[in-house]
Amino acid sequence: MKKIRVLIAKLGLNGHDRGAKVVARALRDAGMEVIYTGLHQTPEQVMETAIQEDVDVIGLSLLSGAHMTLFPMMQKLLKEHRIDNIMIIGGGIIPEEDSSKLKQAGIAEIFGPGTDTREIVEFIRSKVKK
Amino acid sequence: MNLAERILNGDRKAVATLITLVENDSPESTKQLSILHSHCGNAHVIGVTGAPGCGKSTLISKLTAEYRKLGKRIGIIAIDPTSPFTGGAFLGDRIRMQEHFTDKNIFIRSMGSRGSLGGIAKSTADTVKILDAFGKDIIFIETIGAGQADVEIAKIALTLLVVTMPGSGDDVQAIKAGILETGDIFVINKADIPGTEQAELYLEQMLNLTSYPAGKWKPRVMKTSASLNTGITELVDAIQSHIEYLKKSGEIGAKIKEKARIEFMALVKQNVTKYILEQVIKKGELEETIERIIKRQIDPYSAADELVGKIFSE
Repeated sequence: MKKIRVLIAKLGLNGHDRGAKVVARALRDAGMEVIYTGLHQTPEQVMETAIQEDVDVIGLSLLSGAHMTLFPMMQKLLKEHRIDNIMIIGGGIIPEEDSSKLKQAGIAEIFGPGTDTREIVEFIRSKVKK
Repeated sequence: MNLAERILNGDRKAVATLITLVENDSPESTKQLSILHSHCGNAHVIGVTGAPGCGKSTLISKLTAEYRKLGKRIGIIAIDPTSPFTGGAFLGDRIRMQEHFTDKNIFIRSMGSRGSLGGIAKSTADTVKILDAFGKDIIFIETIGAGQADVEIAKIALTLLVVTMPGSGDDVQAIKAGILETGDIFVINKADIPGTEQAELYLEQMLNLTSYPAGKWKPRVMKTSASLNTGITELVDAIQSHIEYLKKSGEIGAKIKEKARIEFMALVKQNVTKYILEQVIKKGELEETIERIIKRQIDPYSAADELVGKIFSE
């Protein structure tokens, strides 16, 4: 049976992972396989993990304000590895105007604080056909 | 180029894709595994089992660092439980292995147990083959946090580490059957906390109750503290002695033969059952029989005899 596999990653100097764990738990309860790799990851580490784990989605959680640097770095790495079947979504403290810029640049969706986890589950299910 | 060829050429994306196909029971995976078969047989498979939280992931991470110093290429398969209620899984073993993420000579795959009992997943054995063909020298399999009777790993691993920690039970626990009968090396991890000597004593006493004929491997008890990185080189030495023993005694040949037999017989059973269920039994016949069993018109034992008897008399 096919299952949706999601990597939940914390990039950079950012030690708060409560949100990431809540999302990970919600996706698990929605029947997905969730890989969580812990804090302080570099984009390269996330990329390697995503490749080896053959995930469908990378969920990046960031509350440090470095999203306009780190999210595009992640996208660049995917491009370099010629990977076009992994969707990136983001979450954390991300201002509205940055959020729309990131989406224009190809981040599939940004989920801010207070998002209903069911919304995230539905979004992933609608985009990843398995 | 097909997946198998790409794997043999060192393409780790192909490795990841084929593992997914295996996990999803895709018919394509069998074709690719057939091609890889002749390239397997070089890796040494080390099983790591033990209760949840005893430090299996951290221990594997430290052993991996040690083996990398020796130039070995490493594969890691880390299994965590799949929820029987939702089918989802939280795979978190990688957290303890961060230092190895970008080393191209290490391939780590997390795996949900997906309904399998016994501590490993149905696809674990085939994943070992893929990593073996990919050129890994050592393959670690981390079982789900195991209970006393999770012994499936013993059928796949050539060397089995049973990890325990101080304070996890007395001498009565140590003489129970199951997982403690399968270990080649017992590792008391977290050996920096009180109770280590006691745990060591219990295990030694348990092992002394068994008689090991001269020339047979007597399981060893090792002490480590994975997070403090102590006892790791000694553990690598112990694993090495076990590998040498397996080779010298010829036991490795017997183990490999037994593995091949178990796998082959399982495939024969699976194919025969599939053939009978899909090709021989008429549609609806099975359901009808089940109805009869529920209504107590026939018992399941006679019904099975009748069905199989009919198939072979035709």
